[in-house]
Amino acid sequence: MSKTDNQLALQTRNRWFLASPALVIIFVASIGPLFVMLMYSFMAKGDFGDIKPWTFSLDGWFNVFLERDIFDGTLSVADAHLSILWRSVQLSLITTVLTLLFGFPTAYFIATRPAKTREIWVFLITIPFWTNFLIRTFAMQEVMRNEGVLNTGLLWLGLIDQPLQIMFTDKAILFGMVYVYLPLMVLPLYAAMERLDFRLVEAGYDLYAGRWQVLRRIIFPLVKPGIIAGSILVFIPSLGAYVIPRVLGGGKNLMLGNLIELQFGAGRNWPLGAALSITLLAIVMVALLFYVRNASKSGVRSHG
Amino acid sequence: MKSVAIAAGGKLTLQQSSMPAIEARNVVKQFGSGTHAMVALYGVSVAIAQNEFFTLLGPSGCGKTTLLRMFAGFEFPTSGTILLGGDNIAALPPFKRPVNTVFQSYALFPHMSVAENIAFGLEMLGRPRAEITARVEAMLTLVQLSALKDRRTDQISGGQAQRVALARALAPAPKVLLLDEPLSALDYKLRKEMQIELKRIQAQTGITFVFVTHDQEEALTMSDRIAVMSAGKILQVGSPHDIYQRPENRFVASFIGETNFLTGMVQASKAGVTTVKLQDQMTVGIASPRTLAVGEKVTIAIRPEHSALNNAGEGLKGHLKHIVYSGTDTQFHVQLELGETFLVRAQNRIDQMASFVIGDAVVIALQANAAQILAE
Repeated sequence: MSKTDNQLALQTRNRWFLASPALVIIFVASIGPLFVMLMYSFMAKGDFGDIKPWTFSLDGWFNVFLERDIFDGTLSVADAHLSILWRSVQLSLITTVLTLLFGFPTAYFIATRPAKTREIWVFLITIPFWTNFLIRTFAMQEVMRNEGVLNTGLLWLGLIDQPLQIMFTDKAILFGMVYVYLPLMVLPLYAAMERLDFRLVEAGYDLYAGRWQVLRRIIFPLVKPGIIAGSILVFIPSLGAYVIPRVLGGGKNLMLGNLIELQFGAGRNWPLGAALSITLLAIVMVALLFYVRNASKSGVRSHG
Repeated sequence: MKSVAIAAGGKLTLQQSSMPAIEARNVVKQFGSGTHAMVALYGVSVAIAQNEFFTLLGPSGCGKTTLLRMFAGFEFPTSGTILLGGDNIAALPPFKRPVNTVFQSYALFPHMSVAENIAFGLEMLGRPRAEITARVEAMLTLVQLSALKDRRTDQISGGQAQRVALARALAPAPKVLLLDEPLSALDYKLRKEMQIELKRIQAQTGITFVFVTHDQEEALTMSDRIAVMSAGKILQVGSPHDIYQRPENRFVASFIGETNFLTGMVQASKAGVTTVKLQDQMTVGIASPRTLAVGEKVTIAIRPEHSALNNAGEGLKGHLKHIVYSGTDTQFHVQLELGETFLVRAQNRIDQMASFVIGDAVVIALQANAAQILAE
């Protein structure tokens, strides 16, 4: 096969042309809004929400980290924002660890079933997606509230004297996030474990590795890409969670998503909201960079 | 068994303990239960001696791999015991048995280098670092792979992977090494090389090898003893010579090499010799421990190379149907007068070319002791 340079150039141009609808959508729907956000974060806030177009100001970014006392004008670190930021990261990390703890055995269980029944288990894992996310979150309220299923059951069993206050605490938020994001951990883990050659596990046992050592020295390193992918898939949406802290946290226990919403709503501080959004994006980028680095370093391919 | 030897001082010393290295006693293995039950092994008993190269030979599905996996600890017997050096290990998990396996697929750890793979078992046993390093070096030398120790396992060839798998399994110095069809993935030439290599390594290390294969030629070339298995049972255990020359039943005779089966009638049977009339044409005296009833019909096995083709004389009469020339020898397919076909194999000699033509009337002469009575 021989092609002239001209033909090759034409072919390349055709490819770009054919890809153009997708490229336009990606640009307009993804990069465009991000650019708008970035611009907004550097503009002055309007009097009734909104922004003052083309009036540049660093107030938005300034307010992310610092705050000025409204009476004496002294500067101090924006405790409220930073603690919400830290809380978000903390809750997201705990969620990631908990989903990993629950998801790993689940995925292992599914991957070790006979090939026929595996599909059924995966299917069961995806069933929660059939119901609207908001409705599921409200349903969880029904489980956790003081007169809810959980407390009624525990009271009836005589395990507790009075209802446990779970609703409107961090526990409720964690409970909700773990429940909602668990499938996002299980599925990539399962995908990695399904590719795992279980003869390697046998080889490990044969070479005097006990159960824990087989897990640590053989299974973990081989499914690491799945662990990282699952962690990223859970960590990122947890960080920006909005509905769960709103419904289950009761509005007192804010997370970053709620804080951002507040700035665009009642707070009427769009530049701050935009700057907070970009901050969230930056944290996500760091997490993704961590993923890319680790995924390429471990470099374990499927067995061929 | 060579169990005693005269030492330099002239005294009798035990060279090897007479206790088997590994032994299965009445091992039954059933998979599933109820109506879905599948029996893989029906009360198998076999004792494998110290320092022996022992082969489990049989077609796929005969239970040979199941038996090997029970020696390794990946499967547990439904009933029966497995003895390692006299101790019942049937219930021990694989990581508590001083037995290692070379897997059919090699099962090398893809996230470790060649040296790390070999070191793995020793690390799990908690051996000191210095000892592990030295042992890994020794193993690499043994399998002639010292140059590749830092390679990743996907950067080596199939033959090299095979050697790494062998080194990894030998590194912890197991009491018994189990090999599950380790050569089946290699091409013919490499397989021949590895057969010799395995024999050398076995002699050098003095470890008992239990080798599983469905390749009868491989079994005959490599083994000290062979157990022929079929449908969950061991049919015959013996040296390659015994198995080939003195098959005890039809399956063993037909699975290993080519065999002619003829029916005959017992004419006399006494003092360890049974006289059988074949094809109403000739009688042969066959050494048999059993005494058979006169007039009983028996199946006789005769190897093609233990017979010769003549133009006339004493023997089985027939006419030549096919001639197949295959370099080292020629196979003559003879249609016997009473309907059965008989295969004669003659070595091709330069000084004495076979001069038969298809359709010739021929007489098949049998070598002394060529015939064997089979148990049905």
